[in-house]
Amino acid sequence: MSGRYELRFSGAGGQGLILAGVIMAEAAAIYDGKQAVQSQSYGPEARGGASKSEVIISDGPVDYPKATVVDALLALTQEACDKYSHDLKEGGVLLVDSDLVKRLPQGNFKTVSFPIINTAKNEVGREIVANIVALGAMVALTGVVTKESAEKAVLSRVPEAFIELNKKAFQTGYDKALAASK
Amino acid sequence: MAKKVAFMQGNEAAAQGALYAGCTFFGGYPITPSTEVAEVMSIELPKINGKFIQMEDEIGAMASIIGASLTGAKVLTSTSGPGLSLKQELIGYACIAETPCVIINVMRGGPSTGMPTGPSQSDVMCAKWGTHGDHAAICLVPASVQELFEETVRAFNLAEKYRMPVMIMPDEIIAHMRERIVFPEPGELEVINRTAPSVPPEQYKPYDTKFGDVPPLAAFGSGYRFHVTGLNKAEDGFPTTKAALVQAEEERQVRKVDANIDDIVTFEEYMLADAEVVIVAFGSTSRSARFAVNEARKAGIKAGMFRIKTFWPFPDKQIKALAGKVKAFITPEMNLGMCTGEVKRCAEGKVPVVGIFRVDGEPINPGQILDKIKEVK
Amino acid sequence: MAFDYDKYLRPNKLPHIWCPGCGHGIVMKGLIRAIDTLGLEKNNTAIVSGIGCASRLPGYLDFCTLHTAHGRAAAFATGIKMAKPEMNVILVGGDGDGTAIGGNHFIHACRRNINMTYIIMNNNIYGMTGGQFSPCTPTGAKASTTTYGNPDPAFDIAKLAIGAGATFVARGTAYHANQIDKLIVEAVQHKGFSVVEILDDCPTTYGRRNKFKSVIEMMNRLKEVTVPIKAAEKMSPEQLQGKILTGVLFKEERPEYTAEYAKVIERSKGAK
Repeated sequence: MSGRYELRFSGAGGQGLILAGVIMAEAAAIYDGKQAVQSQSYGPEARGGASKSEVIISDGPVDYPKATVVDALLALTQEACDKYSHDLKEGGVLLVDSDLVKRLPQGNFKTVSFPIINTAKNEVGREIVANIVALGAMVALTGVVTKESAEKAVLSRVPEAFIELNKKAFQTGYDKALAASK
Repeated sequence: MAKKVAFMQGNEAAAQGALYAGCTFFGGYPITPSTEVAEVMSIELPKINGKFIQMEDEIGAMASIIGASLTGAKVLTSTSGPGLSLKQELIGYACIAETPCVIINVMRGGPSTGMPTGPSQSDVMCAKWGTHGDHAAICLVPASVQELFEETVRAFNLAEKYRMPVMIMPDEIIAHMRERIVFPEPGELEVINRTAPSVPPEQYKPYDTKFGDVPPLAAFGSGYRFHVTGLNKAEDGFPTTKAALVQAEEERQVRKVDANIDDIVTFEEYMLADAEVVIVAFGSTSRSARFAVNEARKAGIKAGMFRIKTFWPFPDKQIKALAGKVKAFITPEMNLGMCTGEVKRCAEGKVPVVGIFRVDGEPINPGQILDKIKEVK
Repeated sequence: MAFDYDKYLRPNKLPHIWCPGCGHGIVMKGLIRAIDTLGLEKNNTAIVSGIGCASRLPGYLDFCTLHTAHGRAAAFATGIKMAKPEMNVILVGGDGDGTAIGGNHFIHACRRNINMTYIIMNNNIYGMTGGQFSPCTPTGAKASTTTYGNPDPAFDIAKLAIGAGATFVARGTAYHANQIDKLIVEAVQHKGFSVVEILDDCPTTYGRRNKFKSVIEMMNRLKEVTVPIKAAEKMSPEQLQGKILTGVLFKEERPEYTAEYAKVIERSKGAK
């Protein structure tokens, strides 16, 4: 299991978590020259419900494509936090939206919280980029992909007209996470 | 020039593989978790003057691709469990009429509606026994996004080469996960096209065994007029009830695969040289198995994996040979023992075959397999 | 000079399977005359059927012929037409094949308005399996599975086709043999999905059970119960009571499916 880093992006359907996972994996697999697999599980709902996107990043081939013990977990809803935090690794990282996740799991890991969705809405200007704010934060907290690669991956996935918005979202998330984890 | 790479989902890679193989017709019906194949084909086919049609139901989708195939097109449909059940009627038609076509079936939980978004490997028997009557079956079970692309190309090759339906059955995990894929350049992978008739139209018979077990298939609209039916037929394509003719035609349709097993069956041997405990696995479960084998080796256990890439025809010869050498087989699969039964058949009682079965919509994880390796070693 | 049917037939596939007195042969001759009038090229014409007595018709004709599975003719044919729109595609079959097991494919072919012609021989019964009631068997009639009289209401195939979106719908009968080819010619010339229902007879499995004394009586009934649509315009509702209209019942222009798909191909070329 050495060299294997596992991330889980969780929340509700429609929050863009699958895309956040895809971008993280793409940053590793396309821009950082590592190997990565992204997978997801979801319910029948297109919006709402609990949704998760998992990313495994490794220097070598990734065999098992799902998480075994999670190194870093993002939870954007209380339901997702309750459901998906059980296998968070000792010494791992938990990032939650401080407005939405009030009950935190107990364990020997680092918890970072800030109002992710509210930041997207009020500081960046659009709630829809909350997933990119969260992604910036996860990149800052885990260091598993380089910031440059992650930014490139973000920009390759968004339409021309939304490049500045997403750049701002990513940078804001990145900075807020560092500030919150001090 | 650097090759084109992408970070891509399995279903999207399957569609790209179909296009690489020269597919120009897709007939489908929406069903989770295979719909992305149809979506990509609907976008890409018209760009190359190909045709995409969303039919009124699964049976209609299967019918449309057989019709299109008879005009000479390379054809594809995609579906999942309940759709595969519906398509069986006309999969049988494609078998008896010997019409090349490719069916991608993404395996989800079943029977019936089952678990539409959960992974499963429980359709592999349906690939062989789903349609009634005796017939040959080819079914490929890829284990990565790259392999799903490549095996889709191979599925088209086999369909055209052997004039029959070929199925690709990724489980939901392989179909929906994303990985880096390196696209082969044109010409890098073999692409087999249908053999055209070598005789003039007036001498042409669609099942003329003068040309071997796989006679050339002409295209409607190409100057050749012939009859196609789902009834037992003679060499000229017309229905017959003459016992000897029916017997010979039925046997030929099965023999064309049975006599070419080594050309069709593919597999991967992982750390088998000195292995005592051998995991026989396929699809995403083989990835858990590889992980477990690596961990077992670290612990000093002589474990290995035989990975099935072609589920039908089943790799009997290889598993029978292994059965004479190893101490035990472990067969993890997301069903209640479909592959296990086949491995037991091949093991012929020489060694124990221990299954690990999961049908709860969750993958079999490496820990489960590792525990079993330690148990049986 | 007598019309030469032989040049369109596969002589070594005859005799056909149809019973004495069955109207399917009359329809086949009508189709042949229509094809001759239209000048359809044999190599470029596909004749597609499902399962049943009527669906054996393509085997006797020297074209690209496809005898599909029960009810599936329209779906197979749609694949042929989409893949090779330049081919003429004609479907033939019976009422049970087309409107029961094949009902879904039938209505969707109508809806798409794909340029094919579907000739439905309606003899009100499943003949090949021995006379079970079909969706077109009249209420009260006897069949091998309605010994006590058929409780089911029947489909009006023409209305079904019109409702589903077919853009040419005609009805003829096996009695009015000379009208059949004219209706088929007009149907094939129409750009879109055209349906030609031919009221037919099955003396063996329907006539026998329903007190028809002879084939002649069954044929005479086809004459007696039908009224040409032109003549009907001058008739009162009382006079039209119980009558079935024949002729071209419906015709409209609407975008044809393969032509619309050609536009999809054009639009896709501009896409990234």
